[in-house]
Amino acid sequence: MKIGEHDWHLELFGKHIWRGRMEAGQLLALARAVKEEGGQLIALWGSDDRQLGDGFAIHVAFLTSAGLAWVSSTLPAEAPAYPDLAHIFPQADRMQRATFDLLGIKASDAVDDRKWLRHGAWPANVFPLRKDFDASLPATHDTDAYPFIRVEGDGVHEIAVGPIHAGTIEPGHFRFSIIGDRILKLEERQGYTHKGTEKRFEGMDLATGAKLAGRVSGDSHSAFAWAYCMAIETTTNSSVPDRAIWLRALFLEIERIANHLGDIGYLGNDVALTFGFMQFWRLREDWLRLSAKLFGHRYLFDCIVPGGVAMDIAEAGRTELKALADRIDAEVQELKAIYDEHAGLQDRFANTGIVKPDMAARLGLTGLAGRASSQAWDARVQFPQPPYDQLEVSMATHRRGDVLARAEMRFGEVFESLRIIREILGRMPEGDIQIQLQPGGAVCEGLGWVEGWRGPVIVAVRVNADGRLDRVHPHDPSWQNWPLVEVGVLGNIVPDFPLINKSFNLSYSGPDL
Amino acid sequence: MSTGILLQLAQTLLAILLAPLLMGWVNQCRAWLQGRSAPPITQPYRTLKKLFHKDAVIAHHASPLFRFAPYMIFACMALAAGIVPTIANDLPFSPAADVIALVGIFALARVFLALAAMDIGSAFGTLGARREMLVSFLAEPALLMVFFTASLISQSTQLPIIVQTLAHREFAIYPSLAFAAVAFWMISVAENARIPVDNPSTHLELTMIHEAMILEYSARHLALIEWAVALKLFTYSALGVALFLPWGIAAQGDVAALPLALLAMVAKLLLGGAVLAFLETISAKVRLFRAPEFLGTAFLLAVLGMLIHFLLEV
Repeated sequence: MKIGEHDWHLELFGKHIWRGRMEAGQLLALARAVKEEGGQLIALWGSDDRQLGDGFAIHVAFLTSAGLAWVSSTLPAEAPAYPDLAHIFPQADRMQRATFDLLGIKASDAVDDRKWLRHGAWPANVFPLRKDFDASLPATHDTDAYPFIRVEGDGVHEIAVGPIHAGTIEPGHFRFSIIGDRILKLEERQGYTHKGTEKRFEGMDLATGAKLAGRVSGDSHSAFAWAYCMAIETTTNSSVPDRAIWLRALFLEIERIANHLGDIGYLGNDVALTFGFMQFWRLREDWLRLSAKLFGHRYLFDCIVPGGVAMDIAEAGRTELKALADRIDAEVQELKAIYDEHAGLQDRFANTGIVKPDMAARLGLTGLAGRASSQAWDARVQFPQPPYDQLEVSMATHRRGDVLARAEMRFGEVFESLRIIREILGRMPEGDIQIQLQPGGAVCEGLGWVEGWRGPVIVAVRVNADGRLDRVHPHDPSWQNWPLVEVGVLGNIVPDFPLINKSFNLSYSGPDL
Repeated sequence: MSTGILLQLAQTLLAILLAPLLMGWVNQCRAWLQGRSAPPITQPYRTLKKLFHKDAVIAHHASPLFRFAPYMIFACMALAAGIVPTIANDLPFSPAADVIALVGIFALARVFLALAAMDIGSAFGTLGARREMLVSFLAEPALLMVFFTASLISQSTQLPIIVQTLAHREFAIYPSLAFAAVAFWMISVAENARIPVDNPSTHLELTMIHEAMILEYSARHLALIEWAVALKLFTYSALGVALFLPWGIAAQGDVAALPLALLAMVAKLLLGGAVLAFLETISAKVRLFRAPEFLGTAFLLAVLGMLIHFLLEV
């Protein structure tokens, strides 16, 4: 596979997914070549391969014009280090810091080498994701003396918000430096929901792994579960029945609609238009209840399993789902007209929290928020996995990059997903919905790539010879998008932050792992 | 005189006891308009009861001011409720303060609330206090202008005389009062922390104005403040009624008119609460820095009202 002038010796590994290994020194050159052709870095993680006799490894996933390129470099067992990629792709910064906290793999010459996931629950010289980590050690309770960047000057002061908030939301810390109500700088501190998810995967059997993968970030269950299963099915070289693949797409689109409806309602609520909130949440509730009725779970938990899907849809269910999709389509059209014509709401949405397209490109804004800032990437459109290659998804994009653009993106995607759902229901092939997986009997790797509602979800897995999981890295798009919230709020006023934050609606649990 | 004192006592107590009911009514209307089932109209009482039964949690470095403020705020609002004629006019308390002093009483409560908010030293309290001052320093002059318009008509700043003039003299249409009424409505919305200036039901600490100031309060202190908030809404409503819809308030010493006055009051408050809920439902909260524009408009309308009085009514 060629990127730029150079052939990087990557091999096709799955549909639109490339795999390669290279010296750590070459990573920089590859990253530059990807950057030059307009690609992005979408994930960076490490692994402890010492039991395979390899020392450590650093893995990077790039989005290129030919698809997703997963490259790995073996690093020495003593003092593992790789060249810093954050100066080329700033979104790598937090991933690099987290990789160090968990594995002790260092990005040499990185400008920012502060801790990220480690809050003081384990000492600085202990790395929990290493295979020789002693889990019986008691947790330490050091205070988290995190060096925030201070803004100094006349009249500047700080507001520290969170991790405990006035409402029931996930924990995250936001440090505002402000003058009056105007935001000069925002710095995020996360990791409060670090649960050791990646460590938990080790030694798990494949079916249980699917359950855990789906719970990385609950609102993206289907995306993570599908990506995990796609990866597992690559390792075992199995081909999943067609009907199961179509059902997976159905689940993913149902999940997208449920989240978008909820978010649009929340956006109304954040500008105190409770009417909109109630209406969209009423629709969302109907949607979730039908999911529970048809597939046994409001959020479709555990419907996607390795080898296929666990739940099928009968003819009666199809009719019911189609009827609800039609009704929601009509009602959302009506509600959209109200949102569009509400001067107060439009005044709050428009020109708030702007992320300009060039900034979005430079910092790697991805997924839904990226498409609202002209970053026209959607794996369902450009690199469709089956069944999306037969569905012709049309991508909504905007260039304004403000709250309004992100709200409109959601409206656009709701309508498109409703269309896709109706098409899936009409065209879904008959047949089995699950096959038994045959473990390969050797160490093997796989990667799944799914466009979740928030953005591209990647799950990379390595399965041991005994058929159990060795290393799983689930990657949530919130990793790259959180830093853009810091950019989006600049120059806005503090009371607009919740609205801007909600318009991104990023996951805390997903990147904290 | 003794009837007067009795009436005064009854009216003040009535205001204190019934104020949460008005809050409950507004919340009920809001729920209906948003298409959800409403909490019972007595919900505010249950909340107060719950809060009074809890143990107060107070920050270690809170000064006595922090504990004292809720009582002060509640007392101010109770006093204001006693001065504004709700059912009967010209009660013994009324000469204690004219409309200008009334603005002062509201300001006193606000000063204590803001001081208490800053007392703990948390970022949110200060943030809320600062925003409250931004809103109130614009609302107060506008409120005074509204009162001046009404005073010019009745040649007095005493509320009983204003009410007497407007309600019991020969009926006349005052265009100036129409402007003043709209201005008063806008000021009331801002002063009572309602949409579109503030959102009383928000949980987003960064957007709060009033709620940010009382984040640190709990139990009986919070109950008193919540009660004072309800009382303030009631007092403002009663003020609006007294200035712009005074018909039905019993004249001095007219005991026979009291039942009708009570009925009229209830009807007016029900209507006012419903209108408030409706306007809240259809509007979104304005960006904080638009609040000055909003109140500037209120001030402008109040001034217009006064000018129109000089042009048309003198």
